[in-house]
Amino acid sequence: MLTLVAILVDGVIYSSWLFIVSAGLTLIFGVMKILNIAHGGLYALGAYTAVSAIGSYFAGGYPPLASYALLLLVAVVVGLVFGLLIERGVLRLMYGRDEIVIVLVTYGVFLIIEDAIKVIWGASPYYASQPYGLLGRVQISGLAFSVYDLGLIALASVTGALLWWGLNRTRNGKLLLAVIHDREISAAMGVDVRRVFTVTFVIGAMLGALGGAFTAPTTSVVPSIGVELIVLAFAVVVIGGLGSIEGAAIGALVVGISRASSVHLLPEAELFVIYGVMSLVLAFRPQGLFRRVVARKI
Amino acid sequence: MSTPILETRNLDKAFGAVIAAAAVNVRVEAQEIVGVIGANGAGKTTFVNMVTGYLTPDAGTILYRGRDITALPPREITRLGICRSFQIPQLFPGLTVLDNVLVALGIASSRRLGFWRALRSPARIESAERLLADYGLSEFRDRMITVLPQGVRKLLDIAMTTVGRPAIVLLDEPTSGISVEEKFPIMTTILDALRATEATIMFIEHDMEIVERHAARVVAFYDGRVIADGPTREVLTNADVRQYVIGAELHRRR
Amino acid sequence: MRGPAVAIGLPFLLFCGLIAAGFLMPGWLRFITLIALAKGLVVLSLMLLMRAGLVSFGQGLYYGLGAYAAGLGVNLLKVTEALALLALGVAVAGAVAWVLGFLLTRYREIFFAMLSLAFSMILYGLLVKSSALGSTDGFNLPTPTFLGFAFAGTAARHALFVLTASVAFAAALLLHRYLGSTRGYLGEAIRENEIRVEYLGASVRGALHVKYVLSAALAGAGGALTAVATGHIDPDLAYWTTSGEFVFVAILSGTGSVAAPFLGSFVFEMIRTYAFAYSPNTWQMVVGATMLLVIIFMPGGLWSLFRRRPRLVTRS
Repeated sequence: MLTLVAILVDGVIYSSWLFIVSAGLTLIFGVMKILNIAHGGLYALGAYTAVSAIGSYFAGGYPPLASYALLLLVAVVVGLVFGLLIERGVLRLMYGRDEIVIVLVTYGVFLIIEDAIKVIWGASPYYASQPYGLLGRVQISGLAFSVYDLGLIALASVTGALLWWGLNRTRNGKLLLAVIHDREISAAMGVDVRRVFTVTFVIGAMLGALGGAFTAPTTSVVPSIGVELIVLAFAVVVIGGLGSIEGAAIGALVVGISRASSVHLLPEAELFVIYGVMSLVLAFRPQGLFRRVVARKI
Repeated sequence: MSTPILETRNLDKAFGAVIAAAAVNVRVEAQEIVGVIGANGAGKTTFVNMVTGYLTPDAGTILYRGRDITALPPREITRLGICRSFQIPQLFPGLTVLDNVLVALGIASSRRLGFWRALRSPARIESAERLLADYGLSEFRDRMITVLPQGVRKLLDIAMTTVGRPAIVLLDEPTSGISVEEKFPIMTTILDALRATEATIMFIEHDMEIVERHAARVVAFYDGRVIADGPTREVLTNADVRQYVIGAELHRRR
Repeated sequence: MRGPAVAIGLPFLLFCGLIAAGFLMPGWLRFITLIALAKGLVVLSLMLLMRAGLVSFGQGLYYGLGAYAAGLGVNLLKVTEALALLALGVAVAGAVAWVLGFLLTRYREIFFAMLSLAFSMILYGLLVKSSALGSTDGFNLPTPTFLGFAFAGTAARHALFVLTASVAFAAALLLHRYLGSTRGYLGEAIRENEIRVEYLGASVRGALHVKYVLSAALAGAGGALTAVATGHIDPDLAYWTTSGEFVFVAILSGTGSVAAPFLGSFVFEMIRTYAFAYSPNTWQMVVGATMLLVIIFMPGGLWSLFRRRPRLVTRS
């Protein structure tokens, strides 16, 4: 029973973190048809920037609780600056090229970001656990959980809700959905697709950085966090169905719960389980769980 | 009565609420040339798709020389000797015209595909050039598909359909997308080349003058059903056909 | 068409030159060339798939399998013959590909890429967690024998070079022959139009399955040779970044010729070696920047430098 609670809570916490990152990845894929490996780099940039920001913030003796706002600010700034840089500086030159070639381009950008991080921050681990310890722990069925971790669930829920509201209830969001549904027709109807691309990429980048920024306090920040994250996020969006936000939520839950079960029951199989589940899902639902029915033009 | 080369019995096919075929019974004897007419959405292409295995009928059977071929995949039906051309030419756009034909010949020439002998053998190049000449395509030999005009693509599509010397050739609107002046010579080229192979031919066509000139027999579709089947002159003067098919075609022309 | 004498003679001369150069090269260059040849086999395997329109982001699966099969062949089965280890790597990779092929041949484009990535990550996950195989550290393997001869020191390194060069040459030659055959061309045909291929009477999935197994066998050979050459294997051979690197080198090389993957692989290893030597902290950055530049300025890959532009109209 205790194990079950632990699996569920740990799983949902892990899923929340995965969802925040994957939502950005799947949004970019849905709108731009780009599987963005550089997302891992944005995540790492978010984490490192957060570490530095938190470090100087607490050294300055400012009110500790406002550090959460600082994390948010970091995500917005990193996403804005690097999102614009990557989309305007690199991807814009590539539109129209083969999907796989663009994947490679984002891989190249990812490698560059990785080394840039090593040049700026070095290879040794960083810690910024102050915001993590601040909130203490609570008991759930006799198990202690960190309030910060539970806060991640709230953050993911708010992020998901905001995305849903933004896409379905605002004019710009509906334009975005129109582009996801049919890029050519949207362009013909007068939607400025390039502008939509830029905005989407920046929002996606912010989500990646947001995931990184809020992960920083919970772990040691090392250069490999980006590489490890991106393949996990791939698994999530592929399970959910590339380009679907609801799918990313479900995919994150599937991956999160499977991983938590494995960690508690069979630690050797941790990575194996995640990709095993992904292969199983693809074997039966090639388009992922949330299949968007695409009207094929013949 | 002899076994027909192709026979369909009570073919049904529905796409949701749309009936694309309802109890379609067609018998074709060897070496017949049959025109298939009907307005858009009448079920002509569905018929071709079912016969060649692209679609599986909801009910009914398809017999080839008395053998049940109903749920076979396209490649097996092709191997048996039933081939089809396409309304939208299905070519290999990244290859030259010659390579398109060579690949087609290579695949069609043997059941076990060679992995060692070169595709571009002198003998095969020669037969490819002969085929291109039959269809008047020699001058396009080394062009890429992407630069070809529509009429040339249609001809190449049909030429590639016939590489395996099929016993039955189904032509899906061979002259669609081709200008009025070109239609007649192109159709003549196609049928001359096909007659030389002694194939049984069914062709879908909207132009009644072409149907009248080339088909000995006509099958008329309306709403997924066969509403007339017989000698060309009889069918084309049939009251139902005049109302539901030819009337519609006249509207189409305007 | 060039004459058959040139078609066979020129590659053979190149091969002899390569072997001779192997004896004259300084040790570091010979090692880089050796690794480039072994990895070139993996790139060649990707080229085979790319000609059929498939891009695998998980070729590290077969690279890793080939290497681990060879490594376990030495350490567990006590096989010491290099050729036998190579055969083992090829067989294991081919067998796994044959099974996975039933599933993977149903997928195209990004889904094929992602599913192959998933399978390679499964292998990685297994290797990292199996302490019997050394977990993340992997394990070492001793120098093998060559056709029964036990060489030592420099002689062994020369023997290894000759073996690898011969395997690469044979594989390239056989693949060239295959690509020129009807079955070989079927790859391009499938990439261009699957419907037409089925309507010509060939099985698309069957053809892709064969190509997938062939490709895995080549990658397995590359893995086995790398294992034998470096004397060390670890799970990184199967990690997604390794696979991504192969895809990059394949794009860098272009699909124009079976020689291209080896050339591309050599250029890549040189770039990496020099980047690593001159700026050890930013070599990935150099590689990434090269990647972007190649993709922007050389869409046809390195091989396009050697080829005349594709002609629209020729010989009247």
